[in-house]
Amino acid sequence: MKTNTHGGTSVSIKDLSLSFGTVNVLRKLDLDISDGEFLVLLGPSGCGKSTLLNCIAGLLDVSEGQIIIKGKNVTWEEPKDRGIGMVFQSYALYPQMTVEKNLSFGLRVAGLPKAEIAKRIARAAEILQIEPLLQRKPSALSGGQRQRVAIGRALVRDVDVFLFDEPLSNLDAKLRSELRVEIKRLHHKLGNTMIYVTHDQIEALTLADRIAVMKGGVVQQLDDPLTIYNKPRNRFVAGFIGSPSMNFISGQLAEKAGKQVFRTGDLDISLEGYEAEEALASGREVVLGVRPEHIRIDSDQHVAHDAIVDLDEPMGADSLVWLKVAGNPLSVRVESGKRYRPGERVKVSFNAAMASLFDAKTEERV
Amino acid sequence: MAGNKRPPALFRNLNAKIAAMPMIATVLVVFIGCTVWTVVYSFTSSRSLPMLNFVGFDQYTRLFNASRWNVSVKNIAIYGCLSLVFSIVVGFILAVLMDQKIRFENTFRTIFLYPFALSFIVTGLVWQWILNPLGIEKVVRDMGFESFNMSLLTDRSLVIYAIVIAGLWQGTGLVMALMLAGLRNIDEEIWKAARVDGIPTWKTYVFVIIPMMRPVFVTTLVLIATGIVKLYDLVVAMTNGGPGISSDVPAKYVYDFMFAWANLGQGLAASTVMLTTVLIILIPWAMFEFGGRKAK
Amino acid sequence: MAEATAIQDRSLTHAEPWGAKPKRMFAPATVMVYSILIVAALYYLLPLYVMVMTSLKGMPEIRLGNIFAPPVEVTFEPWVKAWSQACTGLYCEGIRTGFWNSVKITIPSVIASIIIASVNGYALSNWRFRGSEVFFMILLFGAFIPYQVMLYPLVIITRELGIFGTLTGIVVIHTIFGMPILTLLFRNYFASLPPELFKAARVDGAGFWRIFLQIMLPMSLPIFVVAVILQVTGIWNDFLFGVIFAGTPNFPMTVQLNNVVNSVQGVKEYNVNMAATILTGAVPLLIYFFSGRYFVRGIAAGAVKG
Repeated sequence: MKTNTHGGTSVSIKDLSLSFGTVNVLRKLDLDISDGEFLVLLGPSGCGKSTLLNCIAGLLDVSEGQIIIKGKNVTWEEPKDRGIGMVFQSYALYPQMTVEKNLSFGLRVAGLPKAEIAKRIARAAEILQIEPLLQRKPSALSGGQRQRVAIGRALVRDVDVFLFDEPLSNLDAKLRSELRVEIKRLHHKLGNTMIYVTHDQIEALTLADRIAVMKGGVVQQLDDPLTIYNKPRNRFVAGFIGSPSMNFISGQLAEKAGKQVFRTGDLDISLEGYEAEEALASGREVVLGVRPEHIRIDSDQHVAHDAIVDLDEPMGADSLVWLKVAGNPLSVRVESGKRYRPGERVKVSFNAAMASLFDAKTEERV
Repeated sequence: MAGNKRPPALFRNLNAKIAAMPMIATVLVVFIGCTVWTVVYSFTSSRSLPMLNFVGFDQYTRLFNASRWNVSVKNIAIYGCLSLVFSIVVGFILAVLMDQKIRFENTFRTIFLYPFALSFIVTGLVWQWILNPLGIEKVVRDMGFESFNMSLLTDRSLVIYAIVIAGLWQGTGLVMALMLAGLRNIDEEIWKAARVDGIPTWKTYVFVIIPMMRPVFVTTLVLIATGIVKLYDLVVAMTNGGPGISSDVPAKYVYDFMFAWANLGQGLAASTVMLTTVLIILIPWAMFEFGGRKAK
Repeated sequence: MAEATAIQDRSLTHAEPWGAKPKRMFAPATVMVYSILIVAALYYLLPLYVMVMTSLKGMPEIRLGNIFAPPVEVTFEPWVKAWSQACTGLYCEGIRTGFWNSVKITIPSVIASIIIASVNGYALSNWRFRGSEVFFMILLFGAFIPYQVMLYPLVIITRELGIFGTLTGIVVIHTIFGMPILTLLFRNYFASLPPELFKAARVDGAGFWRIFLQIMLPMSLPIFVVAVILQVTGIWNDFLFGVIFAGTPNFPMTVQLNNVVNSVQGVKEYNVNMAATILTGAVPLLIYFFSGRYFVRGIAAGAVKG
């Protein structure tokens, strides 16, 4: 992991709410983003992540709360006065202008001297390697090139904070992963604060210093990617992050031979190694969440449980095997070498240290 | 910090408000102001100048008892029903035929639609000439049918049908174009599904396509209907309301009372009745269109 | 082996379906489709044909002959007469005065109405403010109010402003009544442009007018063409507003044409009348023939839902 060398706070959001009529899109949101941090806002569509970004950019007026960028309260400022640059999903390049004119538009609006504009464009073009494209129109560029120009437009503004609104969603899978790496490299090079909205968890996990998982206008969890993945705060985060997604089994806590177990039907799963955040009282209704890679098939450990193969889905590097364990459907990730036939009887064991337990009612982690 | 003071609500987004001033003025002064003025003065006995001497519903009583008004209403009802039915039926059939992947589609479309580019005045004058005694009637008589009679324009009971013919010639192309656009908007896969299911083409049109095109039909209906109420130029050019008053229409009635005969109150009452008619057409449509949208 | 010969035998008697399906050139359905379309096309073309033929004949030939027959002797005199000598009441100057009046009315009206409506549509799609949608709804509703309802008050207003019976007056009237449909047209067009473009320009620091002039306008040429076509044909074809608001010296071509043809004095000269009619219809017709696609888009714009 990258060492955090962040100094002060770059962007600070206090008590932010936004409602359209009776619909609350953002609710009492607080968020502090450090200098030079790469923060990803992640969530399903309609969770308010793009809305939040638009509020930070000043493209939407907030209903309540404050936005502070670099110590300056910009809640009522025009977008141009906030010290931000923004990159959009559809690139939003001005179609009638050449790449160079696209890059310089904002600087010309601000009335910068010609020499300064030329200098900044040259620098941005060099960083993004778009020098040969400067005289072309956007229609003559490929998707990847367009997105580079769009990033360049934010770059020339010489700002502290970069805002990305699903910048890679319109690209095909291969280009997406290439540009992802490039954005990460750019971040290392410039050291700017970057706020990045996406619904793609791979992008979030690979790029972010911290991820804010959002749902219903509320940040569900704000943590570094590994914590988000391994210790999800609640059932929503657990289910949203990870592909193939986490298995959930409903049951209750119990005690067996002096040890804490998770009980569903007549199946007892040992919770040895699980770091509980509170005392685990027997009889409490809970949901056990286990990722497919934290279940093993054909284990010779004596704690193994009986299971029946339902379906086998080879996915290339590995396979996903669907099992039935005591009536519960369960997906297990196995190496791709071995195939399983439907109906086959196997043994499985769970890695309790990597599992998560959620309260059945509140769906919060216990 | 300048930005820390939120500007007063009136001046926020000021440029947009300046840009919308003509619209706001038009809405307030013309569409609302003038309409209210007309309704108010329709209850007065104004003659050549507007005066606020209220006479209750007198103007309306006189209006509904005037034989000229009743002829106008009857005419507009005939014209309205016939042109609604024929323009929608013919327009839809032409659109369906045009949608059969035919050759020269552009040529046909150009031909069906060009009358719509012409004014009602031009339309009226052309048909006045064709239906003139020297026109079709003479052609048929010259062919040997000496007793052939097609005096549409001089027959008091038939003259309105002459106007219907001219109106249809001018406006059906528009209906065809709207319907064709509607047909083209229908998902190709509907047709594929119907073909796989073995449903005959005509049945697909009747039971699948027409119900799917309901919004297009409704919109077309409203467009034609509001156009019908405004019918004026065509009558002026073709018959000028004649022979006698036999082809008079409400819009002409209003115009004549307001500007030719200086009986303002009567003209305003007649125009208020026209407005009411339009509202009766428009309000259910608006509720269907916009009320339904919210429910979704 | 037996199977193979069986197939061969069958292919001798009647061919197995193989390769492209044979097309029937004259299937009954196709023939019917084309015949109906052709008959309909003839009906639509007939008046144009009659107009042209009549305008090229001399009066004696019209009285004797048949309106569908082509002229025996082609003469252009009716056209000359219609243009420069036809009489309206006392004056016999042809309909060229009307033509130039229509030009003088149409050009400023088109320009004024499009400038106002495009800026308005832009404000309504990108810079909504409290109440803007309400005003827009009433504006659209107003498009359906019969003109007769608003005519007299507008006469009073224009008279008070001193523009009744003047070119300015008629231009203002056309601008007002063109506003609903044009605003709808522009609002929908600007709303269909990617909103991110607008956002990007705001981040770049451009304001209301700069975004309109430098970002939106260069992308909007097609919709301006549609608007120009819609307005030129609409204003050129107007009769009611012209006859009321323009004032006698400024009567547009449609009004003058009606006066020429329907004047009660003198002998009816059908050939001259038809020539005058064609001349009046020529401007919108030419626009229509040269811009078919845009024309259809313009009229369809009136039908699409707001």
